[in-house]
Amino acid sequence: MNKRDFLKGAALAIPAAGLLQTLTRVAEGEDLSTAATMTGDYDATQHWYGMGVDIDKCIGCNRCVEACKTENNVPQEPFFFRTWIERYTIKADGEVTVACVSTQPARGEETPPVDPDVLRTFFVPKLCNQCANPPCVQVCPVGATFQSVDGVVLVDETRCIGCRYCIQACPYGARYLNPETHTADKCTFCYHRITKGLQPACVEVCPTQARIFGDFKDEASRLERFERMNQISVLKPDMNTRPKVRYAHLDGEVR
Amino acid sequence: MMNIAVDPGLVEQLAHQLSQVVGFIYPNEVEIQWAILIVVYPYITGIVAGAFILASLVKVFNVVEVQPIYRLALLTALAFMLIAGMPLNLHLGHPERSYEIFFTPQPTSAMAMFGFVYLWYLTAVLLVEVWFEYRVHFIQMAERTKGFVGGIYRVLSLFSSDVSPEAIAFDKKASKFVTVIGIPSAFLLHGYVGFIFGSIKANPWWSSVLMPIVFLMSAIVSGIAMVMIVYTVLNLVRKQKIDMVCLNKIGLFLLVAIIVDFALEALDQIHRIYQAEESIHILGELVSGRLFTSLVIVQLLIGMAVPLVLLVIARMQRIGDDLRRLLYFSSALLLQIGIFSMRWNVVIGGQLYSKSFRGLMEYKMEITGIESLMMALVLLALPFIILTFLVKVLPTEKAH
Repeated sequence: MNKRDFLKGAALAIPAAGLLQTLTRVAEGEDLSTAATMTGDYDATQHWYGMGVDIDKCIGCNRCVEACKTENNVPQEPFFFRTWIERYTIKADGEVTVACVSTQPARGEETPPVDPDVLRTFFVPKLCNQCANPPCVQVCPVGATFQSVDGVVLVDETRCIGCRYCIQACPYGARYLNPETHTADKCTFCYHRITKGLQPACVEVCPTQARIFGDFKDEASRLERFERMNQISVLKPDMNTRPKVRYAHLDGEVR
Repeated sequence: MMNIAVDPGLVEQLAHQLSQVVGFIYPNEVEIQWAILIVVYPYITGIVAGAFILASLVKVFNVVEVQPIYRLALLTALAFMLIAGMPLNLHLGHPERSYEIFFTPQPTSAMAMFGFVYLWYLTAVLLVEVWFEYRVHFIQMAERTKGFVGGIYRVLSLFSSDVSPEAIAFDKKASKFVTVIGIPSAFLLHGYVGFIFGSIKANPWWSSVLMPIVFLMSAIVSGIAMVMIVYTVLNLVRKQKIDMVCLNKIGLFLLVAIIVDFALEALDQIHRIYQAEESIHILGELVSGRLFTSLVIVQLLIGMAVPLVLLVIARMQRIGDDLRRLLYFSSALLLQIGIFSMRWNVVIGGQLYSKSFRGLMEYKMEITGIESLMMALVLLALPFIILTFLVKVLPTEKAH
């Protein structure tokens, strides 16, 4: 073999090997996704999940955060959250103060001082927005994070390489690197529960029903009713992420 | 409930960073996701792209004055390229899965495509060009040396033995062809690094259409300056006379590159300030506060303005060659500091403010460990060790 032939061979063989791998994966991927839509009685194609959050009902008790950490083995340290509560205080001069009541749970029990300058105060529960157009999925180099057929953005922890690109791409700060698995982690809407017909843990424990879980494909669901009865906003609509977490009575100051 | 054991070192670092937070941040933002190793990574790939582009001036654009550093520039690019992937790999949560980027890439991911660009550039451009450049040398050494070393040279020459004028002419042609492909590849390599940051719409400090081109120009600056440093040091060690015609020419290219780089970065910031979007207040606080030293003092003043002035002085007629060399050398050193801090300001700077635009974070660099100062220094030293080996075994000057 002379060097010209060698180079020709190499020039063809290297990209061809990569292409073959990709094609194999695409073929396998298709098989997998069809299999994943049907598990027992559960048919994923029949669902498109979302959550409604009624700002006016949230009392900042932090029970959703605790339930989430327990249910999903989220580290207890105050640096890792799948859901958290923010407290907004807006004054007459326009000054906005925000605090996270979940990093220091004692804050949730504070009685805010009576201040005539305060125009309004409220709590905002935050979680992964389960975007229909998720930037985190777009940037994942290995396809470890994906949107399921029923509309939940999930992370395959056996594939995630821990590059953290998805954490950077999320406009909502909803992701963290799990310090135990060293993979990206986030709210799954308690996928293990909802596919069994249960509610996500945070929804189940909320004493004021500030969180409403439901299915956009089910016209009789509480989520559909929530959407009909309230004026709905999403967080950072200019990001064009199309969140499936919808807020009622959301203040314009919330980002 | 399972109790998850979190590394106490991490908890300590995060607790410290949390104590330094000003204003409000999303709770997951306390951890700085891309730390010192991701600063080192674009710095190293930038030098690869810049050094290669300098080398290509000789091959493609026939800039004969730069001929003396052609091989050195190529070897510099190779030495840094061999290390370029390491900071990325070490930073991963699961380095053992990194091959997945090649085997199961996601087409929409800039990072996945970068894997291929890197591989393409290393194997199809740099190694091929170096091989054609040194093929005859490998064959000659294989003939001259016996035993194991001779065997290595035979392998390196890929068992070719043709040193006829036709074969050498083919080497030259092939090498030129590879360089022609190499220029857009070098642009792609570093432009892509810029795109990885520039395409993140969630982060207004990164999200800029100019990011790839800013990264590219700063890469050219750092690459040319690095070859200048290596060339000067090598001649000092070998007690050889520096080719001043060559050095002056490199100095000129460097000057032009800095001016273009500065213009682009200025344009990016002016555009950002003039548009004054939602994020402008927090970015203003960032630049005038936590980034002031590294951005205004180190990057712009020490790392750009001063070397620019030094280069301009070096171009004056009346200056003696000794002083000129000193000016070039100090300018090139300062530029390295400037470009490194530019990488720092982009990578770390983009993670020091909350995406809620209501607060600032802090990054406390670890001294030892994987993502640490020590590791960064080791990674920055490795290319020089490789380069020292390369210039020891391979001739850097071409027999004319």
